[in-house]
Amino acid sequence: MAFDDLYQEIILDHYRNPQNFGEVYHSCTVVEEDNPVCGDQIRLMIVVNADGLLQEIKFKGSGCAISMASASMMTEAVKGKPISTIQRICSDVIGAMRGEKDPQVLENYGDLVALKGVIQFPARVKCATLAWHALEDALKEEAKKFTR
Amino acid sequence: MKETQQPESWESAVGFDPHRVRQDFPILKETFRRGRQGERSVPLVYLDNAATTQKPRPVIQAVVDYYEHANANVHRAIHTLGDRATELYEASRRKLARFLGAASEREIVFTRGTTEAINLVAAAWGRTFLNPGDEILLTEMEHHSNLIPWQLLAREKQLTLRFIPFQADGTLALEHLDRYFTPRTRLVAVTHMSNVFGTINPIKAIVAAAHRFDVPVLVDGAQSAPHMPVNVQELDCDFFALSGHKMCGPTGIGVLYAREKWLEAMEPYHGGGEMIRSVWLDRATWNDIPYKFEAGTPNIAGAVGLGAAVEYLSAIGMENIARYERFLTRYALERLREIPGVRIFGEAPERGGVLSFYVGQIHPHDVAQFLDAEGIAIRAGHHCAQPIMRKLGVMATARASFYFYNTPEEVDRLIQSINKMKEFFGNGF
Repeated sequence: MAFDDLYQEIILDHYRNPQNFGEVYHSCTVVEEDNPVCGDQIRLMIVVNADGLLQEIKFKGSGCAISMASASMMTEAVKGKPISTIQRICSDVIGAMRGEKDPQVLENYGDLVALKGVIQFPARVKCATLAWHALEDALKEEAKKFTR
Repeated sequence: MKETQQPESWESAVGFDPHRVRQDFPILKETFRRGRQGERSVPLVYLDNAATTQKPRPVIQAVVDYYEHANANVHRAIHTLGDRATELYEASRRKLARFLGAASEREIVFTRGTTEAINLVAAAWGRTFLNPGDEILLTEMEHHSNLIPWQLLAREKQLTLRFIPFQADGTLALEHLDRYFTPRTRLVAVTHMSNVFGTINPIKAIVAAAHRFDVPVLVDGAQSAPHMPVNVQELDCDFFALSGHKMCGPTGIGVLYAREKWLEAMEPYHGGGEMIRSVWLDRATWNDIPYKFEAGTPNIAGAVGLGAAVEYLSAIGMENIARYERFLTRYALERLREIPGVRIFGEAPERGGVLSFYVGQIHPHDVAQFLDAEGIAIRAGHHCAQPIMRKLGVMATARASFYFYNTPEEVDRLIQSINKMKEFFGNGF
């Protein structure tokens, strides 16, 4: 178990300079997710355009380096992508974190490969997946809008 | 980096040598491999003693000896091992009675720990003595184990829970103590020492006030009994709960002390073997106290281990332990306050060795993970006290907690690592 595998440079970069951190000021879908056990909180805002692409995504929140870095990397990985692709990324990341999928899948997603180190720290997996669960919920909210 | 500031001959003032007693704890010799290739070896610095303490050889040996030479069921077997097991189990009860200054060993009920002891009182005493509209007076600084049992009881019996608030320094607001009592107050349940702030509450004053209103008092002693002399008759409390594993004993064993008059008057807690005298198909009569509250085969080995633990602690001396931990805590507080950006929760003048803190904006999980990489074990989280965290406006804290086997050198390692951590994380965002 290596501390350096958990807190890789990529993770620390995102933690110190989070991407897409802030608010969406126009109409958007907002979800909030928290983990009362560790006190991590995230507020995720997304806008899906008429072509089914994730046009905008921002997050606010407080939490440990792993949860905040994971959120930051997530926004970069999914922004501008079609919803179906994003759903696959969500399922790959959460599956890899939980040990249900080969961690190799993370190699396909740029910076997200840095999350591989989290897998050896079971107590921290839920930190890494918080933002991803929020994104899944946000996509479900979006889907409801379309069926209405 | 500053040198250890050892005050003038603290070792002689303490009455025992913490470096020597450490030798009694095999686990304190653990080292961990660190670094990508495991190229670094770091010694364990165990500072999570408020969660559970480590076990000295005499306790481990007592448990092994019990299983190797005395294992049988207690109180019923007509054979030599049954006698040995019963004698060891009851000898432990006597040791605990002496340790707590109880009037009689009949007032000592073995439980799984503090949590079960409090649940026992809530269920058995509450069932017998409480009616809808009655009030229980708690404090805002209780561990969940001295809160949730009362919430459950309040829901079942339509009771009202009232709370003595804590103040910014982590002490209870007690100036107008009498005002918290109403004609419906039936019980006070309060922690002796806070597991978040380290605050030692003035139990004698609280008990005196409560008794003026004819209200009994339950003391959660999970954090106090391991660290200071406790005499339940001097405290004059009605109930006192403790956990063995927080005082060098095994897990899964604890004690409820209760005044004999309450134990006699209370309904049983769990039903089953051992707690009965005569049983018919439709009714039963109860065994004498304390057995009335010990249904089923108890944790015999645990009780034997706990007996060995209080003997071990008494040999060092609870006064000595308290004095040394006061010294160590003061030293740690001084050193922590020297670090810019460290915020300490709890500044009570009367306090034990529990330090909750924040390092800049670094999340407590990151603090704990970083320290773990240095071999230092602390706690990060809400410490089973979410209402406290909410009032403090944080969701979690980092917590270092000491025992008599910790040393000033270990405090120095904690301080050095916190300084390193600040460089590593920046200050967070």
